[in-house]
Amino acid sequence: MMNLPLEKRNYPEPPSKLKTYLTVFILLLLFFASAMKTNASISDLVVGFPNMLELLKQMIPPNWLYFEKILPAMLETIRMALLGTTFGAIIAIPIALFSANNIVKNYFFYYPARFILNIIRTVPDLLLAAIFVSIFGLGTLPGILALTIFSIGLVAKLTYEAIESIDTGPLEAMTAVGANKIQWIFYGVIPQVLPHYISYVLYTFEVNIRAAAVLGLVGAGGIGLYYDRTLGFFEYDKTSSIILFTLVVVLLIDYISTKLREKLL
Amino acid sequence: MNKAVITPFKPRKNRIQRFIIVIALLLLYIWTFSGMPIAGVKETAGQISKAIFAGIFNPDWDYVYLPDGEDLLRGLLDTLAIAILGTFISAFLCIPFAFWAAANMSSGKAATNTGKFMLSFVRTFPEIVMAILFIKAVGPGSFAGVLALGLHSIGMLGKLFAEEIESIDPGPAEALTATGATRLQIIWFAILPQVMPGFLSYTLYRFEINVRSAAILGIIGAGGIGTPLIFALSSRDWDRVGIILLGIIVMVTLIDLLSGYIRKRIV
Repeated sequence: MMNLPLEKRNYPEPPSKLKTYLTVFILLLLFFASAMKTNASISDLVVGFPNMLELLKQMIPPNWLYFEKILPAMLETIRMALLGTTFGAIIAIPIALFSANNIVKNYFFYYPARFILNIIRTVPDLLLAAIFVSIFGLGTLPGILALTIFSIGLVAKLTYEAIESIDTGPLEAMTAVGANKIQWIFYGVIPQVLPHYISYVLYTFEVNIRAAAVLGLVGAGGIGLYYDRTLGFFEYDKTSSIILFTLVVVLLIDYISTKLREKLL
Repeated sequence: MNKAVITPFKPRKNRIQRFIIVIALLLLYIWTFSGMPIAGVKETAGQISKAIFAGIFNPDWDYVYLPDGEDLLRGLLDTLAIAILGTFISAFLCIPFAFWAAANMSSGKAATNTGKFMLSFVRTFPEIVMAILFIKAVGPGSFAGVLALGLHSIGMLGKLFAEEIESIDPGPAEALTATGATRLQIIWFAILPQVMPGFLSYTLYRFEINVRSAAILGIIGAGGIGTPLIFALSSRDWDRVGIILLGIIVMVTLIDLLSGYIRKRIV
């Protein structure tokens, strides 16, 4: 066997490359089709780039005095995110329990619950806010409602997945000693899921702070309102103060929340 | 040695800690609720929400396809194109950043930390604000949306890619180093094959997010389905709002299903 000439050895067939080529072809097709559809052109970007640099130049330095003026709006943004997350997290609990297939074993219950969750998660938060603004008028209320609904989708989905992956030992033990369903949930499920749940709520809060910062663009309260106001009057130094302020607050809250989450899990 | 009576006692520190947390939360919520104006609900609220619901269940089907353009299908296609191109751009642009931020690829902690900080900076910059800036550069339209999504997604994709690179098996890379391969060869033959499935899966995941984002970019004039939706909302054309919402829900659901299926196949 060892003395056979090289070409007589039994090499395994190399795997077919057809699939790879096909994938690459489809991706290229998608790429160019989208580029055409969106009128993407490098030359536009190159031509327009000086405009953007000009804009960025006008943004520097930020108007430091403006910070004081937008502080109430920033606090309002944080309040909106807090309330939205809280309400959403509370409403998410029963929905998450209903969606977990190891709690509710009946297909007819957990499947519709998940379906509703999926639908909720398909609608972007800013769209929800725009719709609520046209229902309730301008203000923080539509913003809070939009964040609430958005949080329900996120928290409930993450939580039901956590519930489905819990250890079944304690649950079996409780069933064996004759616990009823409520006791079963309170003493078997919740202690196992609680750290995950709190961690997901904190994570949702981080996401909501970011979302709340731009909700004002559609009139749903918070600091986003000032983007329109300053950009409309070409006061770009004020716009950059808003951006900077938002960045600082978001990074700070992210930092605190991440530390808390690390402690939890 | 009776094991049954040994009960673990609760540490005292834990109780004090819990007390502090409860007080802090209480103060936080008092602050939150005290600052909220009790907004009066408009009397028309019920009427309008009824109209929107009626619109959703009784949508303006004629809007799905109009021969002269500006219809639902074209809006959705535009949104999809923005998401696809934006994802492509960010998936390529983020690779150098990912290698920069990955702890096992960069030399020294300083390089890794600056790379990670840059990525998180990009991540915190809201895409809608980026879109406003790009509109100033290339004018309103889909291309501004593409650029905004492309730039914003670098933040998250770069972070996920870097984590993927950090979790590779160092064996193949070491073996290649031992045979005298250049750095580029090591990346091409040892690292990329290992991280490729992860990269693709994260890119698809980001694509799902980008489809949702592309749907809202139109609110500020950066193309996609958001623009007709805002027009319909402001002209109180609830049937049209209904069909657009329905269109977005169907599109996002289909994309999620498809992308989820492919991701399962890849990993």
